[in-house]
Amino acid sequence: TNEWRLSCVNKDFSVCPSYPPVVIVPKSIDDEALRKVALFRYGGRFPVLSYYHKKNGMAMLRSSQPLTGTNGRRCKEDEKLINATLRSGRRGFVIDTRPLNVAQQARAKGGGFEQEVHYPQWRRIHKYIERFHILQESFIKLVEACNDQSHNMDRWLSKLEASNWLTHIKELLTAACLAAQCIDREGASVLVHGSEGTDSTLQVTSLAQIILDPRCRTIRGFEALVVREWLQAGHPFQQRCAQSAYSNSKQKWEAPVFLLFLECVWQIHRQFPCSFEFNEHFLILLFEHAYASQFGTFLGNNESERAKLKLPQKTMSLWSWVNRPEELSRFQNPIYEANSLVIWPSVAPQSLQLWEGIFLRWNRPSRFLEEAEEERINIIKYNKELQAKVNVLRRQLAEMETDGEVQEEE
Amino acid sequence: CHAVFLLQVENVKLLDRYASRKAASGTLYLTATHLIYVDASAEVRKETWILHHHISSVEKLPLTTAGYPLLIHCKNFHVAHFVIGQERDCHDVFTSLLKLSQPVKPEELYAFSYNPKMSKESREMGWKLIDLKLDYQRMGIPNDCWEITDINKDYEVCSTYPPEIVVPRAATKAVVMGSSRFRSRGRIPVLSYLYKENNAALCRCSQPLAGFSARCLEDEQMLQAIREANPGCPFMYVVDTRPKLNAMANRAAGKGYENEDNYENIRFKFIGIENIHVMRSSLQKLLEVCEMKSPSMSDFLTGLENSGWLRHIKAVMDAGVFLAKAVREERASVLVHCSDGWDRTAQVCSLASLLLDPFYRTFKGFMVLIEKEWIAMGHKFSHRCGHLDGDPKEVSPVFTQFVECVWQLMQQFPCSFEFSERFLLEIHDHVYSCQFGNFLGTCHRDREELRIFEKTHSLWPFLLQRKQELRNPLYRGFTAYKELQPNTLPFSFQFWCGMYNRFDKGMHPKQSVLEQLLSCLRHSVTLEDSAA
Repeated sequence: TNEWRLSCVNKDFSVCPSYPPVVIVPKSIDDEALRKVALFRYGGRFPVLSYYHKKNGMAMLRSSQPLTGTNGRRCKEDEKLINATLRSGRRGFVIDTRPLNVAQQARAKGGGFEQEVHYPQWRRIHKYIERFHILQESFIKLVEACNDQSHNMDRWLSKLEASNWLTHIKELLTAACLAAQCIDREGASVLVHGSEGTDSTLQVTSLAQIILDPRCRTIRGFEALVVREWLQAGHPFQQRCAQSAYSNSKQKWEAPVFLLFLECVWQIHRQFPCSFEFNEHFLILLFEHAYASQFGTFLGNNESERAKLKLPQKTMSLWSWVNRPEELSRFQNPIYEANSLVIWPSVAPQSLQLWEGIFLRWNRPSRFLEEAEEERINIIKYNKELQAKVNVLRRQLAEMETDGEVQEEE
Repeated sequence: CHAVFLLQVENVKLLDRYASRKAASGTLYLTATHLIYVDASAEVRKETWILHHHISSVEKLPLTTAGYPLLIHCKNFHVAHFVIGQERDCHDVFTSLLKLSQPVKPEELYAFSYNPKMSKESREMGWKLIDLKLDYQRMGIPNDCWEITDINKDYEVCSTYPPEIVVPRAATKAVVMGSSRFRSRGRIPVLSYLYKENNAALCRCSQPLAGFSARCLEDEQMLQAIREANPGCPFMYVVDTRPKLNAMANRAAGKGYENEDNYENIRFKFIGIENIHVMRSSLQKLLEVCEMKSPSMSDFLTGLENSGWLRHIKAVMDAGVFLAKAVREERASVLVHCSDGWDRTAQVCSLASLLLDPFYRTFKGFMVLIEKEWIAMGHKFSHRCGHLDGDPKEVSPVFTQFVECVWQLMQQFPCSFEFSERFLLEIHDHVYSCQFGNFLGTCHRDREELRIFEKTHSLWPFLLQRKQELRNPLYRGFTAYKELQPNTLPFSFQFWCGMYNRFDKGMHPKQSVLEQLLSCLRHSVTLEDSAA
């Protein structure tokens, strides 16, 4: 629409080192203002457009925490920027992925949150998403539980519960539903941020788009989502996906943030099996390549680093390989039926299951599940072949009938 | 016959699990067989039907601003929360439901009044659909070693066994009668399943009345006959499915278990499945977890662990796996018992048969399995399912656990069953519904005395008619898989949302893969017709 514009203020990565060269901002905000806003946000990550909901024109923005500090600093340009996304007289929501007390304590270190007095049209909601180092501990505990060979049911359930992994899944899904509800049901614009704006923020915005936007559920759309909301948005893949769950040394920056997002997509996929063009294998593929890949796509921590490493020149893109027809066919969901719905997942514990495809992948034979997949594909394929055959026969019948008519006329 | 309403109450709300105040008002009707709630407020009229026989408890909850609440728990895990405007009405519904849901005499059961449009011949044919003799024939019986005997035709051997049982040819009448005096309730060792490939036999019985030191020559000869009917293996297993402590405690009461010293060439083993009281309590706790309003993941997993439910399911599954392995790999015959040989014994024998033989994974085969190991062999359905107003301590989800084990197998082997989860749920519903005569009473003699075969209908033809919706679209056929060897590590067991939270529609996937594939198959069939 014409309320937004592309800004190249960051084209040499000087305004925000972790942002891409081009971002989308409200039209009424010029580049000078953006520079000022960047000084007011942690790491220079000023609010940018993440998603525009065509249905009602509402927007989802993301950023990092404002640097209000203990003095209650304000930045009029920042206020103007996010207010520009509001319809007249309407409110917006700020979804802060930190608990209130953490957000308050952040002021002591120069950070903070959007104060009501300066942002009167915005209502702040704190929806806590776990910090990334907690996620890593959780991940390690879960993998350890899955490797436990003792035939003790109580111990398994106890370890599963203690890992808290499924709790994180539930919390992230709930937060994404919240953001999506604000946009779709409340008809309000939303700003999402945590501390740095590079982990939980991206989890929430990308997952909310899965809920809201059917295009994100197509293969190309999902690839674009990952590129936009994770790679270009500056999620530090290099730091987060260095070692995974078996590493001996404790990596300070390591965390399965992207995996948690992929698993939430899988949970939604399980609940809406006909709404995704891709299948589970696609998600597993992305998980693998985020950690170790012969492609350059997931290398580096942001676009700036990728440009410095000259990745586009020196490496191949995962997408160029995956999108080849012979590869893509492996990742297609045979029962996909395109729809234009907003899909709301259930976050009841009974609705969430352990992602066996990742966590029990090597602990159980896959033969029987693969055969089931083959059957599913065959059923759909046979149906399509029959449909094609019937169409041909119908056409032939129609032709014969018109020929017959012509003959009669003669 | 449903047009007659015993009671009709207006201004009734049906609340969902979140007890939202926005619930619309509808009308509650009681008929002789059902409770029917009609919500005509929305564009589409919505009816909720509950069979009285399915109701396990009705409670009056404390008065709220919305009215007088009534909470109904059903045996198929449906939970209905009504709020009734007037106290008098609420009380009337409450007392009526208490009476209607707890019949006293068997004749009051639905099966005796259920009267679908069907000819007398069809009804009789329905009862003949499942013939156990054919299944024994399929196993090759009668043969040199095993025979079908009618020695129990007047229930002289055992009052809770069927008239015809399969015993070793080498077991004389004296051996049979002697053994029956040494087994609890006369439930002598009989054949459950013969594994033709190597002649190993799966047999079942009840606990011996051995006490601390009693012996019985005939019983020892009976086991010897079973062992010798399988020359391919020098020993046989005797498996007691109880925990060792319980079995030992039984000795003080003059019962107990087989002493390896007295029986030649047996290998004795305890499996350790808990008793019916533990299982009843476990299910109760599980259902409390399922009913929690908005539990956290921790609440749920901790509750699941504390209920012990999956631990018990695993125990039953492990036992079935052990039996199947003993028969298939060690080529050894196995004699299984618990206390009375009609609960845990039924579970593990039917499960082992299912693991070994793909026939039991077909529609017909599964029906045969249930008719044989559960119905004919005297599982006390009436008591275990609380059909009549009786002793609550006899109620226990023994059959439910077996059905769940089958479901767990379906999750691991999606292409190896001819039927789907829906088939299992239908059978489970009807075990409690008393709409059909198959599960009434406690044993064959009961059913004969109640004249089930003359006065009621059999469930099986009704389910077979609905094969198209109850089938598994991924079934690869009879020969695709021989035996199933499931993984029984704890993570292999999933929580069965479709059973224990069946009526919480919001919790289930919003799009059903099963439905999608079935409709695709239906479409293919119409296309095939068009092409022809």
